[in-house]
Formats: sequence, C-alpha cells, structure tokens
Amino acid sequence: MTAPLLDIRDLHLGVALGRSAHHPLLKGVTFQIMPGEAYGLVGESGSGKSVTSLAVMGLLKKPLAVSGGEILFKGQSLLALPKRQMRRLRGNRIAMIFQEPMTALNPLSTVGRQIAEMFVLHQGKSWGEAQKLAVEALRNVRVPHPDRRAKNYPHQMSGGLRQRVMIAMALACNPDLLIADEPTTALDVTVQAEVLRLIKELCAERGTAVLFISHDLGVIASICQRVGVMYAGCLVEENETRALFDTPRHDYTRGLLGALPRLGSRSQHGRQRLIDIDSIIADRSKLTETRFIAPRGAEGSKP
Amino acid sequence: MTAALLQVDDLHVRFPISGGGLLGKGRRMLHAVNGISFSLAKGECLSIVGESGCGKSTTALSILGLQEPTEGMIRYRGQPLAGPGAPGRMQRAKAVQMVFQDPYASLNPRQSVRTSLAAPLRLHGVTAASEIADRIEAMLANVGLTTEHANRYPHEFSGGQRQRIGIARALILEPEIVVLDEPVSALDVSIRAQIINLLLDLQEKLGLSYLMISHDLSVVEHMSDRVLVMYFGQVVEEGGWREIFEAPAHPYTRRLIAAIPDPEKALNSPAQENNVAYPSSLKGRSFVSDGSATLDVFSAPPPSELIDIAPTHKVRVALPLAAETW
Repeated sequence: MTAPLLDIRDLHLGVALGRSAHHPLLKGVTFQIMPGEAYGLVGESGSGKSVTSLAVMGLLKKPLAVSGGEILFKGQSLLALPKRQMRRLRGNRIAMIFQEPMTALNPLSTVGRQIAEMFVLHQGKSWGEAQKLAVEALRNVRVPHPDRRAKNYPHQMSGGLRQRVMIAMALACNPDLLIADEPTTALDVTVQAEVLRLIKELCAERGTAVLFISHDLGVIASICQRVGVMYAGCLVEENETRALFDTPRHDYTRGLLGALPRLGSRSQHGRQRLIDIDSIIADRSKLTETRFIAPRGAEGSKP
Repeated sequence: MTAALLQVDDLHVRFPISGGGLLGKGRRMLHAVNGISFSLAKGECLSIVGESGCGKSTTALSILGLQEPTEGMIRYRGQPLAGPGAPGRMQRAKAVQMVFQDPYASLNPRQSVRTSLAAPLRLHGVTAASEIADRIEAMLANVGLTTEHANRYPHEFSGGQRQRIGIARALILEPEIVVLDEPVSALDVSIRAQIINLLLDLQEKLGLSYLMISHDLSVVEHMSDRVLVMYFGQVVEEGGWREIFEAPAHPYTRRLIAAIPDPEKALNSPAQENNVAYPSSLKGRSFVSDGSATLDVFSAPPPSELIDIAPTHKVRVALPLAAETW
C-alpha cells in the first residue's frame, strides 16, 4: 500500500476568543488523499471545508488557529514546518485555486508576468525564459492565442479565461496536490463544464492529486473518486463517490441528496416535494455524533 | 386558451456605449434584448434561462418598470405596463413584484421586518394600524415565520429566513405576478429545498404567476410550466418544460442541459449529450447561434425566425437564405 500524499489526522481548529475561550470550527477531521487521487469535500457554508484547505496551505490568520491534530504532506508535518520552508512548498508542491479569480490575481500586472513569476521563484528560471514558459502554460490550459493573452491584464479577460489563468499558475510547477476551493461557482454553467473538464484532464495527465471543495454535489461527482461530507466541523461520512451517491448512510448526506432537484426526475416521477433536511433530522446537534467512514477499497459497504 | 396576464411583444432594449464622436455620432449601441415576445398566463411559472449577459435580467427589469424598453410593448391585463399610457409606479407595484437573489442586499438593515413590510401597505393607503398588523401577521405565517419575527432586524436572521422575508415583502401588496431573480442560487443546498417548496406552495395557494430568471436548470425543470431559452438577446427556444428538457431542439439548449453538473449523469453516462435526433420538421434548416460562435452584441443579430415545431414548442432557425452560406 502506498503512503498517502496528504494525511490529515484528528485536526482541531478554532477561533481564539480572548485568553482562554476558544470557539471550535473543526472538531477532529481525519482523511487521507492518495497520490494522484481526486478527493472531494462537500458541505454547506460554515461546515469547515474552506478552513480545512487554508490549514493545509498554512494560510490561517489570527484569530484562527490549529489547536490539535496533524497535517502530514508526504510524511512531513506541515504544522511544524518553519514559515520559510512552508513558503517554498506553497505554490510549488501544493497549489491552490480560488473561487473568485479576480481577487486572486494582481490587477496591476499582466497575467503572463504573474505566471512567469512562478517559474522564477520556484524553479530559478530567468525572466526571459519564464515568459516563454508562461505562454506555454497558457497554451496548456487551452487559452486561445496564448502569446497575445499573456500580455493582457486580468480585467481584460472573461471570468472563464481568468480561471484558466489561475489553473495555469497553479499547475505551473507541476504540484503534487492542487487544492480547488469552489473554483467554478462564479462561472456560467457552460463555462463551468469546460473548466471542470480542464482540471480533470490536466490533473489526470500529470498525476496531480486534487482536494476539491464544493457545495455542489454534481460538480463533486463529475471530478472526484472519493467524497467526504462535512457538517458543522466534522466529517460525517466518507466513501467512494459512486457508493456515496447510491447508498448514502448518514442522515445528513441523505438529506443533502434529497434536497436537490435532480435533472430528469420530474419527467420520470412527476414533481415531488424536495426533502427538507430539518424535517428528517429532528435534532441537528446530534448529527455529528454518528459517522460513517468507509474503509478504503470497501466499495458499496454495508450500512 | 385563457387570456394572458402578461403579454410582451417584440421587446427591444438597447444601451448606448460610451465612446463615439461628438453629439453621439458613431456611438455604439449594445443590443441587450432583441425582439422578445412571450406571454404569461395566470397561475403559470415561466422561466427564462440563459447565461450571463443574454438579456434575461434586462427583460425582467423592463417588466418591473425599472428599465424603459427601447421598442416593443408590455401589457398587463391588456393595459400597457411600459411606454406611453403606462401606469405609475404605484399601480405597477400592485401588479408586479420581485424577489431578489440576495435577500440581505435587498432588505434595509436599519428597518425591522415590521417596518419593511408596513411601508408598502401605508404607501398604498392602508393606514389602520390593526389592519396593517393583521396583514403582516398573515403574510409572515404564509412564508413560515411568526409575528414575533416582525420586530427583528435583517441581520438577526439566517439566509433562508431572510429570503422568506424577501418573499413576504414581494407578496404583501398581493401582486398577481412575481418576478423571481435567481431566488435560490445564493442559498445553501438544504435551505434551497425549503424555499423552492415554499414558492411552489404559495403559487398554488395564492394563484401567483411566476416569471423566474435562472441559470440553474435543475431548479427550472422542477418549478416551471414553460421555459424560454435566451441567447444573445433573443429567444432561441420556447416550450413546455417537458419539451425543453426531454426534446430540446436548439443546439444551445442542448449544450446548456449537457453542461449541468448532475451526479446521476456524471456517474452513469458521461457523454450522451446530443444523441437525440433533431425533429424532422427542422430538416434542411440551420441555426444561427449554435452556441459556439460568439455573436456581436453591438450589431443587429443575423436574420432568423422562430418557427413552430409543435403547438407549444418554438425554435429559432436561420432564414433559408442565410442557411445556404453554412
């Protein structure tokens, strides 16, 4: 058995309130991502999926702080890593794409230069060389006329193109892990479909593992092999994607799946009332007590 | 057929783009809406779908009277709703109201729910305190809130409750038509189901007509009776929900439907997008906008026509002359 690429063990994280008070946001999250695997974290706002990714990137800012647990990347503890070394890792071995590319890109610099910077900083290339690599990186994410587009500023591009630039930047140094936090939520459906296909193909080609964060179960299903469902700071269920959709075992997962109108279900079954999660779950506070984590390889395991 | 509650005929909206010479010479116009016609019957839910910039929101704003149409007619019960002879804001408010995408941005943070709901009633001549209180209480009950909620401020509510307040405010004047602009897309999945259920319940209970603007096709399929698909300011396909989702005729509609991230589709049949044959009535015709070409928003669209392929199903095809060049 191969060692996991990312190994998050019993991660606790919270907001520090004054000297001793502490408001927990993650209450013991444990999951692993194998090399080359696409893992999805799904959950509603406030469930803790984004802070999990920020903790991995080492981007937590005060008053947010990890209060317990371990994050291992290739066996190395990220929490214990000095800032300087973390900086060397970030962008190079672990890269991230965000929901809103406009706020993640520098508006005062051309996209070509911003991509080139990755090669200069992490691979020690000269600027001239890096510029050529940047054009190549844009070509790889299928931006039309990459040589001309490299000279554009972010505001001169459409949302879909900007997200492609973000992907080009993130994958520039062939990272081992790509963290994608709702990368297509701000995009139109047809553009979303293209960007998802691009992420899927490029990562499969290069063997990049993906931690994909989304609230959209459809998006998760189209990209991930395994899915973890988060609720109120806990991972309540984890399984292979197909098994999770076919036989959800946690009440919350079941509620989440039933709450969505599914395409084609109206023509098959007529209009059915959507499931109201609150009506099937009497007490939300009890939700996080039961967990279903399927063992790896146990496909379609019994409830 | 019952008379239409709302009738829109050949609606055009053009915006002047800055630039061009002195006195507006050579000034370019952006064609946001290019000749849209449709009708909305009592108790019906009509959805307008399309991507950002296709003109769906501009169409909705025109109906609400927030955007003056450049050309065309909007009639409510036979009376013009925009242009010459249109009623003022006060009358229009009783006919058409809107539920916004982001309830937090559309509620006044300094007003309690009671104040927000009472204001339109007062403006429309309901002055008796007891009547105002009664109507607010009844409306809050309709949307699943209690009287006790009336004294709170918007920030004290969750996203779902806020959207309930947004709905209550739209309905307080008892309009017949409610424009729903992406009513659930800002909400979390579990809340979404509650609001969709509520909207459907209210429609039935109060006999409302909905005009829903959305890009979420699974919600559209669930809620709509009829669907308009817009592309670059024009309707490219119109039909009953079954026709649009089971037998989409225009390539753009097919592309939109194929693009929806659906778990079932992703896990079972990845690429069976366009395997449905085009209807035989479309033989020999071609489409102007096949969804991959970018049209120019500054010039008039290429010549095309909406043709009937079934009694309630229309699709836009290129005029035969243009077809030869393809």
